[in-house]
Amino acid sequence: MSQMKTNGTQTRSFGQRMNALWEYANPVKFMALSGKVLPWVIALCALTLIPGLIWGFFFTPEAANFGNSVKIIYVHVPSATMAINIWVMMLITSLIWLIRRHHVSALAAKAAALIGMTMTLIALITGAVWGQPMWGTYWAWDPRLTSFLILFLFYLGYMALWAAIENPDTAADLTSVLCVVGSVFALLSRYAVNFWNQGLHQGASLSMDKEEHVSNVYWQPLVLAIIGFGLLFVTLLLIRTRTEVRRRRLHALMARERMMDA
Amino acid sequence: MIALLIRDMRLAMRAGGGFGLGLAFFLIVVTLVPFGVGPDAEILARIAPGILWVGALLACLLSLDRIFQLDFEDGSLDLLATSPIPLEGIVAIKALAHWLVTGLPLTLAAPFFGALMHLEGSGFSWMFVTLLLGTPALSMIGAFGAALTVGLKRGGLLMSLLVLPLYIPSLIFGAEAATRGMAGFNANAPLLMMAGITAGSIALLPFAAASALRVNLR
Amino acid sequence: MDFSASLTAETLTVTRGGVPILQNVSFTLSPGQVLILRGPNGSGKTTLLRTLAGLQPPLAGRVVSDPETVTYGAHADGLKATLSVEENLQFWASVHGQTDITPAVEGFNLTGLVHRPSANLSAGQKRRLGLARLLVTGRPIWLLDEPTVSLDVPSVALFADAVRAHVAKGGSALIATHIDLGLEADSFDIGPYKADPANAADSNDGFDTDGVEGAYL
Repeated sequence: MSQMKTNGTQTRSFGQRMNALWEYANPVKFMALSGKVLPWVIALCALTLIPGLIWGFFFTPEAANFGNSVKIIYVHVPSATMAINIWVMMLITSLIWLIRRHHVSALAAKAAALIGMTMTLIALITGAVWGQPMWGTYWAWDPRLTSFLILFLFYLGYMALWAAIENPDTAADLTSVLCVVGSVFALLSRYAVNFWNQGLHQGASLSMDKEEHVSNVYWQPLVLAIIGFGLLFVTLLLIRTRTEVRRRRLHALMARERMMDA
Repeated sequence: MIALLIRDMRLAMRAGGGFGLGLAFFLIVVTLVPFGVGPDAEILARIAPGILWVGALLACLLSLDRIFQLDFEDGSLDLLATSPIPLEGIVAIKALAHWLVTGLPLTLAAPFFGALMHLEGSGFSWMFVTLLLGTPALSMIGAFGAALTVGLKRGGLLMSLLVLPLYIPSLIFGAEAATRGMAGFNANAPLLMMAGITAGSIALLPFAAASALRVNLR
Repeated sequence: MDFSASLTAETLTVTRGGVPILQNVSFTLSPGQVLILRGPNGSGKTTLLRTLAGLQPPLAGRVVSDPETVTYGAHADGLKATLSVEENLQFWASVHGQTDITPAVEGFNLTGLVHRPSANLSAGQKRRLGLARLLVTGRPIWLLDEPTVSLDVPSVALFADAVRAHVAKGGSALIATHIDLGLEADSFDIGPYKADPANAADSNDGFDTDGVEGAYL
């Protein structure tokens, strides 16, 4: 990447620099380890997500002024939390790819994007479904809702760029650069949106701060559900990353075939 | 560096329409909006800053793919990349050339087109100031998007998808500053934020765009 | 400009589309030398030239040269259709800090065409203009990819003369070509350096394997 102008002086012997943790960024080692870990993660996910949701949906009292619809927070809040955290995770893995060029890192970012986009979409849809009985409207240009819509657009662009580029390493490089730059602009958008809606048009002042209204009875299953969603993400991420590694492996084998033929 | 700027501007002028096309598109957007929302002068005046900003932004988008695509196709970009000018400098100069042939004319024309939207009083100068400070960021961000998609056969649509979300902060602060300024409120905060985004984009994005170009050239 | 620059490739491995195509390429291009790059179509001549020009990173090994001494002449000439011959050359001259384009114009017999837009040039004339660009860069090392495509016999002679004059000044050229240019030149056949796919795939550990699929095997 950056050796263009200095190709007179560069040398490449990175072998010695690896340490224990980074070794798992080697695709072959990653496959071995993730294969062993995966069943445990799936079990843990089932043990938190299912009880969390059942507890939340069926064993919490109905709130006086919210009715049954309040129970959607057990999906809404966890998915919204994940939507943001997944983008942060993609930013970190993109940086690792750009700086240390670990293949699994780039593929993990690619694998996470679709999950993150789905979480964002779930957060938006459950928000709209909940918003209708609460505030009488499916959509309000509330800063928080708007930020999620913008985040959704960033996910879309990121995934579209992955899909458009044929060479996998080129795609990893370009999407990583986009992710880093996009993160800065996503953060700026968050501030801009906050600023924008408390501007002149102080029309609908809908407070979307759910947490303020949530008492302990509702809070405990919510925490469980959030942990469950986190583990669900890890599960899906491992499965999808393993698929991506296999896809690259296939690509590598076919490339080698072509060379043998040539 | 100056030679590159002059060449890019000369190419834009001679390409027939590259220069005027953005302006014409801007005029069409401004003409179409009243057909959509009705001729009520009060409504038009209220939405004028937003419409002018969105129109400028879309007009800017039109010519972005020309920044690197033609040079990539005819091999000039390879030759420029091996020239003494650093690639970051090439990106910055090309973004500047793009701004001079699109952003600047849009800025100068906005007050006139604003008259169609019943802009009045201080509105003209507010539109001019916000676009003057905001459009350089549009060109720079656009150059980054163009650098990302330069290797793709039909990157234009994809580039819009990548670039438009990056335009959101500039658009929000720019339109907000103009709206506040026209209404007689203090518009310093959004104006400074927008100028900050422009300055930050010009300072940092050439590096991101140059690294994307290097990836696409190899 | 110091015209005594040399370029050395040290155990270079280059990749195309993520797969190593040439490996352990080593040679030196000395001042005053012309080296003809030989190899069948698709053997990696263009990839090697682009790597030497610094346009793509090598997978292994290194290129020892000052990037400011090298200029690359590709299949595409980098000409702008709406600019005249003079404007095209003048642009590349100023980018490289040069001013005088007359020797380049005369050397490639473009004098009568200077004011013509390059859109109106024939394929051979365009190629001559593209080659004239080499002279206005003022750089000593030329890396040329099939420079004689679409040139007629007299034009090939013009090109050979230009290379001779360049070499006489201490410059050097690495030229990928299939025809005989009538130059006093050494030949460099890339055939023996063809990468062994099975071998190349095993030789890395998943680290810093820019463009290598082997990490997954």
